[in-house]
Amino acid sequence: MAAEESYPDDLRYHPEHDWARVERDTATLGITWYAQDALGEVVHYEPPEEGSSVAQGESYGEVESVKAVSEVISPLSGEVLEVNAKVVAEPETINEDPYGEGWLVRIRLSEPAEADALLDVEAYRAVVAEQ
Amino acid sequence: MQTLRRTPLYERHAALGARLVPFAGWEMPVQYAGIAEEHRAVRTRAGVFDVSHMGELRLAGEGARDYLQARLSNDLDRIGAGEAQYTLLTNDEGGIVDDLIAYRRGDDDFLLVVNAANVEADHRALPETEDVSDAWAYLAVQGPEALERLGLEVEPFTFRENVDVLGVRCLVAGTGYTGERGCELGCAPEDAPALWDAILARGIEPCGLGARDTLRLEVCYPLHGNDITPERTPIEAGLAWACALDKDFTGAAVLRRLRASGPAEKLVAFVMQDPGIPRTGMPITEGGVVTSGTLSPSLGVAIGLGYVPAALAEPETEITVDLRGRPRRARIVRKPFYKREEA
Repeated sequence: MAAEESYPDDLRYHPEHDWARVERDTATLGITWYAQDALGEVVHYEPPEEGSSVAQGESYGEVESVKAVSEVISPLSGEVLEVNAKVVAEPETINEDPYGEGWLVRIRLSEPAEADALLDVEAYRAVVAEQ
Repeated sequence: MQTLRRTPLYERHAALGARLVPFAGWEMPVQYAGIAEEHRAVRTRAGVFDVSHMGELRLAGEGARDYLQARLSNDLDRIGAGEAQYTLLTNDEGGIVDDLIAYRRGDDDFLLVVNAANVEADHRALPETEDVSDAWAYLAVQGPEALERLGLEVEPFTFRENVDVLGVRCLVAGTGYTGERGCELGCAPEDAPALWDAILARGIEPCGLGARDTLRLEVCYPLHGNDITPERTPIEAGLAWACALDKDFTGAAVLRRLRASGPAEKLVAFVMQDPGIPRTGMPITEGGVVTSGTLSPSLGVAIGLGYVPAALAEPETEITVDLRGRPRRARIVRKPFYKREEA
């Protein structure tokens, strides 16, 4: 069952429709409700390798629906600590719970100050409203 | 900027909250509830598709049969009045200009239902025909319960005209693009909204082009523009069964030689063994290219069609698909991926 539209106010957002939940020197990353809705039913998640590096503003994985492929843009730089195995096995989790069980990776931040440049929920809502 | 055309059902699609996308110059619904859900509705119950974007070419009068018999690949004499046939329009090189259904209304009276993107190319190749596309709206009602819910009976590849379907005068044909039982209904454009509403009132799910594509791919019906093109021949595409090579039609001599010598590549069906979904245009490492791919909603595995060197085109052969730089294994299988259970 697809989730209702929402944008939690405790997250930081990248304008490419990705979110980060920053906790000290680590962050959990995922795609926003808007991104999963635009994509439709997600049927495949191509994750990065654990231990690999991700860079702010660059692609670290792919999510695919029946019809389309979308690159996932990292809001922050760091090293991949963990890939969400549940989403690899059940990609539709992204549609069902984009900010909870549908998280994509957890990273150790290499540039924690980058988070300051991300959007807060009000600024991100403005991005969504322009689409 | 190109103006997109809209079918007589555009307002209905918009009101249902369909996701509308450009397709072959038309603004068409790609999905309503979701591709997988619509796909399952057609496999298990019944769904309706607006296919009014498809083109219709008419040719009637003395010599119509001779004219088309000399230009279409299949043998028109294998069908009589009230019967329909899958056939190909080929070019001088034997390439596939279009695939279409020919409806024979009489000895010298035919209606050709063609792909939306190819109406103009078809009309150029068949200048004697009349483009009557604007006179027709077309709905495909497909699924194991489709005919029962409509209260209709029609045998596969037959059709009847002037049939009252839920209060609307229709051409009823036992054809479709999903691998399920069902029918296609042709009616006047002004009657299409009433017919659509009456069909939905029978509990038949509205379905978009997304599900239409996954349904046809599971049963290995080729999509023109992807799996078959003017650069590919029916011999490579596995469509020799739709070519009467013992008669003359455009490109027939080329196709006879190609059949004797054997094509360099063949269109095969494959199932991914590694993670990932094959997509149109991805290279096949051993040679060739993916022409269609999706995650199969019925089977839960990633499937594709593609051209491979003829020597590799045997079931069980392993090939490698280049998924955006990542080599992923796939296994060639016998067509189709999915076959409906006979009632």
